[in-house]
Amino acid sequence: MKPAEMFRHMTRIREFEERVKRTFTDHPGVIRGHTHLADGAEASIVGSVATMRPGDQLVSTYRCHGYPIALGSDTSALMAEIYGRATGICGGYGGSMHLADPERGFLGTSGIVGQNIPQGTGAAYAAQLRGRGDVVLTFFGDGASKQGAFHESLNIAAVWKLPVVFVMENNSYSAGVRTDLEDANAAAGEPLATKARAYSIPGVTVDGGDPLLVHETVGAAVERARAGEGPTLVESRVYRLSAHGNSIAPPGVPLHYPEHEAVTKYGDVEEYEAAKRGDPVPRFRARLVESGALTADEADRIAGEARTEMQAAVDFALASPHPEPAAALSHVYA
Amino acid sequence: MRTTYAKAVGRALAEAMRADERVLVIGEDVSAGGPFTITSGLVEEFGVDRVRDTPISEAAITGIATGAAQSGLRPVLEIMYIDFLTLALDQLVNTAAKARFMSGGQLSVPMVLRTQGGAGQRAGAQHSQSLESWLCHVPGLKVVMPSRAVDAAGLLAGAIADPDPVVVVENKTLYFRTEEVPDAVAPAPIGRAAVLRPGRDVTVVALSRMVHEALAAADELAREGIEVEVIDPRTLVPLDLDTITDSVARTNHLVVAHEAVGAGGFGAEVAAAAGHAAFDDLDAPVERVAAPFQPIPVSPGLEDAYLPGAADVRAAVLAVLNRSAP
Repeated sequence: MKPAEMFRHMTRIREFEERVKRTFTDHPGVIRGHTHLADGAEASIVGSVATMRPGDQLVSTYRCHGYPIALGSDTSALMAEIYGRATGICGGYGGSMHLADPERGFLGTSGIVGQNIPQGTGAAYAAQLRGRGDVVLTFFGDGASKQGAFHESLNIAAVWKLPVVFVMENNSYSAGVRTDLEDANAAAGEPLATKARAYSIPGVTVDGGDPLLVHETVGAAVERARAGEGPTLVESRVYRLSAHGNSIAPPGVPLHYPEHEAVTKYGDVEEYEAAKRGDPVPRFRARLVESGALTADEADRIAGEARTEMQAAVDFALASPHPEPAAALSHVYA
Repeated sequence: MRTTYAKAVGRALAEAMRADERVLVIGEDVSAGGPFTITSGLVEEFGVDRVRDTPISEAAITGIATGAAQSGLRPVLEIMYIDFLTLALDQLVNTAAKARFMSGGQLSVPMVLRTQGGAGQRAGAQHSQSLESWLCHVPGLKVVMPSRAVDAAGLLAGAIADPDPVVVVENKTLYFRTEEVPDAVAPAPIGRAAVLRPGRDVTVVALSRMVHEALAAADELAREGIEVEVIDPRTLVPLDLDTITDSVARTNHLVVAHEAVGAGGFGAEVAAAAGHAAFDDLDAPVERVAAPFQPIPVSPGLEDAYLPGAADVRAAVLAVLNRSAP
């Protein structure tokens, strides 16, 4: 994937997430429940997904809007899903935390932290038996690496040399708590990729704000997996630019996105401001324009197209019907 | 042919693997056959790709079976003891059972989870439980609990062919019973009960090992002139309530018997469902036979005192008849 195309997908994800966030103020009540945004992780997502070829698959946690956008899923169907509409990609059964698009290789998510990791490992077992060189990307956060499922899966993937790449998006917060308070490696000042050593597999840390670097790092892990050499743990350092999730309130009380935990919990305004200054989307734009890979006009056009696309997604979702109540009882069994 | 429940299960696995290369067996110690020899011989025929020993990681291997099933395989996962299912429940309950639903029908998890429960082998409180009712509370799972070798084979074949996750709960004390089984066992339909003994006076719905206890009690009661109809639901989810209520319409008395503790047990569901659907046919309140509300002791005398058996079924049958309205 060309860098300009990566920028386009990053911009689309950002615009999509901005529109999800704005829904809470522009259209109060349209989204209830939980949303978790990928703003700040666009470069990591796009750089990773760009390594995939047809036949490859991915699973993720509940912070899942970015992957299907990068895979080419219909953003109107994604927004409609988040709005709980019948036209949603999962018919309104899944919602923000449970997107899936298996035709494009997106095998779904887990709303339980880290519990998608065995699922991705199992998909990799199936890929290994198919013998076509398919690889599975398994995305999760730093918090997930404290779950037993993470450790059990890395062990099995290593022993069986499964074609899986474990992409840990480390945003330094495990839900609302700083990771160095809860993670032994972080507390010791070591990268979380250190955990790979326990399973005798490669563990690498990469700047998740740089899509080219992510692409190169995850790409090397994917090639290793395709060659039958087994899994890699990639720690992709990102900074989530929104709070962990939207506020939770009783029915009828409007929901909103609180400020980031750096500010609300730790009073560290400077940390958050520094992260904003390092925002990967404008950072990559400036780099592409500076290098001549993209003109400023082209970058503006890409941003304008993303705005148009996501406005259309919002309009489509708002105009879409809710599922018929009788349909609530569908899809439990085949 | 005369064979054991254990061999019938192993043969059904081999036949399913021969018929469909997507079928594979994974679990702890499966290549050596496991503690009950069920999977013996499979690795020699099908190789380590399809008969895969796993590390002792119940959560991960349940998730691996789920992910492999989502990717087009038909894994038969063994959880060695149902007691260990506690470690696997998140994967089973939150992913396998819900993937189809949450994806609006896009995903499918055609996996089978084989496990076994039951006391009677002095194995203690963590290797003897009957936890099937937990699974029956989870929409998206199907639960079968065969009591006979023929059903252990037939229901397993049916479960492997099923597009949804099916938990097969076998019973360790039944594995080495020798029974007559047809040379070719047809896949048994999931969701259909079997009337194993006809009778006019009392209907006994029994699960797993208690089916045999109920049949023994029925033999004894028949000598006293009381004819008991014994029904094995075989499938707990979905439950074949019609076969139960049809029977109660004739007998007007219902006893439910299982080895799990009574409180929150599957017998409570059967009693409530049948009590509602067949209220006008019942001459007495439904009697339940179950284990007491306590963990399972290991010392032989204690375990025998704990375990419900034929004498308890007999007492329940007499109790339900005694409480009949005149």
